[in-house]
Amino acid sequence: MSNKISETLTFECETGNYHTFCPISCVAWLYQKIEDSFFLVVGTKTCGYFLQNALGVMIFAEPRYAMAELEEGDISAQLNDYEELKRLCLQIKKDRNPSVIIWIGTCTTEIIKMDLEGMAPKLENELGIPIIVARANGLDYAFTQGEDTVSAAMAHRCPEQILLIERKKVIQDSNIQNFFSFLSLEKEEKTINKNKNFEKLKKNPPLVLFGSLPSTVASQLSSELKRQSVQVSGWLPAQRYTDLPSLGDQVYVCGVNPFLSRTATTLMRRRKCKLIGAPFPIGPDGTRAWIEKICSVFGIQTEGLGKREEQIWENLKDYLDLVRGKSVFFMGDNLLEISLARFLIRCGMIVYEIGIPYLDKRYQAAELLFSQNTCKNMSIPMPRIVEKPDNYNQIQRMRELKPDLAITGMAHANPLEARGINTKWSVEFTFAQIHGFTNARDVLELVTRPLRRNNNLENLGWSNLTKKETKNKV
Amino acid sequence: MKLAYWMYAGPAHIGTLRVASSFKNVHAIMHAPLGDDYFNVMRSMLERERDFTPVTASIVDRHVLARGSQEKVVDNITRKDKEERPDLIVLTPTCTSSILQEDLQNFVDRASITSNSDVILADVNHYRVNELQAADRTLEQVVRYYLEKARRQGTLDQSITKEPSANIIGIFTLGFHNQHDCRELKRLLQDLNIKINKIIPEGGSVKDLQYLPKAWFNLVPYREIGLMTAIYLEKNFGMPYISITPMGIVDTAECIRQIEKHVNNLVSNKKVNYEPYIDQQTRFVSQAAWFSRSIDCQNLTGKKAVVFGDATHAASITRILAREMGIRVSCTGTYCKHDTEWFKEQVQGFCDEILITDDHTKVGDMIARIEPSAIFGTQMERHIGKRLDIPCGVISSPVHIQNFPLGYRPFLGYEGTNQIADLVYNSFTLGMEDHLLEIFGGHDTKEVITKSLSTDTDLTWNHESQLELNKIPGFVRGKIKRNTEKFARQNNITNITVEIMYAAKEALSA
Repeated sequence: MSNKISETLTFECETGNYHTFCPISCVAWLYQKIEDSFFLVVGTKTCGYFLQNALGVMIFAEPRYAMAELEEGDISAQLNDYEELKRLCLQIKKDRNPSVIIWIGTCTTEIIKMDLEGMAPKLENELGIPIIVARANGLDYAFTQGEDTVSAAMAHRCPEQILLIERKKVIQDSNIQNFFSFLSLEKEEKTINKNKNFEKLKKNPPLVLFGSLPSTVASQLSSELKRQSVQVSGWLPAQRYTDLPSLGDQVYVCGVNPFLSRTATTLMRRRKCKLIGAPFPIGPDGTRAWIEKICSVFGIQTEGLGKREEQIWENLKDYLDLVRGKSVFFMGDNLLEISLARFLIRCGMIVYEIGIPYLDKRYQAAELLFSQNTCKNMSIPMPRIVEKPDNYNQIQRMRELKPDLAITGMAHANPLEARGINTKWSVEFTFAQIHGFTNARDVLELVTRPLRRNNNLENLGWSNLTKKETKNKV
Repeated sequence: MKLAYWMYAGPAHIGTLRVASSFKNVHAIMHAPLGDDYFNVMRSMLERERDFTPVTASIVDRHVLARGSQEKVVDNITRKDKEERPDLIVLTPTCTSSILQEDLQNFVDRASITSNSDVILADVNHYRVNELQAADRTLEQVVRYYLEKARRQGTLDQSITKEPSANIIGIFTLGFHNQHDCRELKRLLQDLNIKINKIIPEGGSVKDLQYLPKAWFNLVPYREIGLMTAIYLEKNFGMPYISITPMGIVDTAECIRQIEKHVNNLVSNKKVNYEPYIDQQTRFVSQAAWFSRSIDCQNLTGKKAVVFGDATHAASITRILAREMGIRVSCTGTYCKHDTEWFKEQVQGFCDEILITDDHTKVGDMIARIEPSAIFGTQMERHIGKRLDIPCGVISSPVHIQNFPLGYRPFLGYEGTNQIADLVYNSFTLGMEDHLLEIFGGHDTKEVITKSLSTDTDLTWNHESQLELNKIPGFVRGKIKRNTEKFARQNNITNITVEIMYAAKEALSA
């Protein structure tokens, strides 16, 4: 990992009075990702209300998550929390029979110091279902960091990689193939080819990618690496809990999302994996840099990558014409901001400010460096990065800067639109498919939507829809 | 601990925030961890608010856990005071902050010394009251605060207005069709020559609260919010209040008669008589009375319906269906458990059974058991209806964005009766059309649906019996399925075959 983040980068830190989703929202996409899981959020009505409203329609599709709603008796310890959780988990086991139950600790469990980590192993023994504890609370984390806490907790459950056994297996496999050598010649040829491919792919040490992506996106990225003869040996999290990848000191790991710093740390320190610090595969530029970095670690020369990137940019042309020269303001709420800003700068946009809830300068080092280079190449100054932003101040700044587009949460989107500022709801970037070459278009689809909409409405003369504000109010 | 997937009423602080942000120029500061300001998203999205929601958070983080909020809350209050210059700042505790047991009142006292705004601490217990109760309480608290302040300062004017006038209490943000209801009530009072004194909290200014006692009476259209305030005003200022919800023709008339009574109590010479107005409106302006008489509505006679929602809407709709349209309400219920007594009294004699619960699976199971022709409920019941192929009209919160229509859709008053008649009639006809389609083989390729929401079914249908079941027209399929399963259970059969189906049918007809 490079430590050459130059001094020209300016980081600011404001008051932390900003709007974002509570990290428990990660259950929304994780329960869909991990098919055999059940998420139990141990919290209050407030948490439940948030989830039910934030997830909207999904709630009616019999989701595999529920609230363990704490009542007054739980808070004042009149009820035994172990017994209570046991009762609920038994119920869940009976109704859904999941392969794993994930307890999401919340602010309340933190404050009343409920020992979830202590109770989980005991209950796990009694119940016969693995119980994982992730403290995804609003006291410590913002939005997507919830996934980080879950992945980090899950990293402990991945089986240990034992290379010897693996090798033996390969030998055995080829023995079996020899045994079947009476098969037709054609088939044999195929097997040999396959073996060759297999050998070729097997060259790189095991590589585990971490970050929850929709399965199509995950396989897109895997096949992107396969083109460069890099074999991905597993994903954390996998489609099913029972398919978690093996980890060990021979295993290389690489993140696909910028908010997974705890997971990265856990993988390095606790599972002794080797972390590949790369920019994140968001946008064609990011994807190329990501693949190049992985290949360089394995000593593989990339093939046709530049051409592939060019091709993608070529396909984006219509959207690029729309965004070129337009300005963006990231209010900051999901930690994807640095990567998205870098991509948009490369698209020719001007970024005024990158708000971000939390920035791990080590985990994001490669991405930061890449961003800086992008700015240099596009000959614009590196935008200011504001950690823990203050939404009120940001809105004041926005009034002066009048950006063409504000990427912001829903709390501010409508009021900003009423004041003539185009907005894009930031959460959509979390749920949309934005990774890899294939999905670059989707990112721009999102970014340009308000711009395209406004092309249609522009001449109607009612972009500002607020009553005259007399006071010095926002 | 309670295993919960969904809830009808939100947490207490939501109620407080709804009241605070309904007033003009009132700012709420939540003492809450990051992400608890979800209220802003709801208000901005559901109500499509153009203005920034006047709610900010004084963030509770690790440092606050370790050392207490110290200056943080006070700083945030004084900062907001300078930035926005609100008339009132409401410090709102959340469930998280209430277990920290910090002395928030102390912060409020300190902050009010330096700030120009008034500062109060919302007095709600998060583990005992829900959103609706908290809203009711907060409104009363704010009103009490300003009336007592006016009394202390000697600016309280207790004389009533010359002309008859009324306060409307309980219209607020994120309320089910509240904006439209408010407009309809204003129109109604205008028709009766009654001036509107104040409408609170929506759009009201806290500075004007001291003029509340100038009205002749208070009108509290909804059961859930405003009653506490009305009772306070009655006790302290002798103001009468009307708590009959003017929903449906009969209740609207009853409400108007109450108004007549209160007005006539205070005028000495010119007594008013609203009976001709009621008659005119009922027979010719509102179409609902005529609709009940028309052959359309005749077709609905005896059709089964289920009603569920908040106390106000569920009770009123139940009475409208049963009394004004001749529909059989098989079950009616509410999630307002705190108001059970009142609710039972209201719907007595208008329904077969009553269900008081805040567990949506119980509601779902009840609907599956009764199999009504139509449901009138919340968004949750709409989804249950979708799953069971039963049409549903949404009559109460919790609601989605489509229940904040841009068009004029009151539920109260005479226009409200028209809207409700449309809603009811459309729900039923849609159901009929669907059945006709099924009878004539419109779309019969659907998978069999499980009628029960609980996951306790222990019976399996083999392939042939599944196919056989699919052949049965949709509108009786559920019934046959259930009868078969009942028969199977009685005879300890777990695997259902075509033979079992026939056996069940024979057993039933025998």
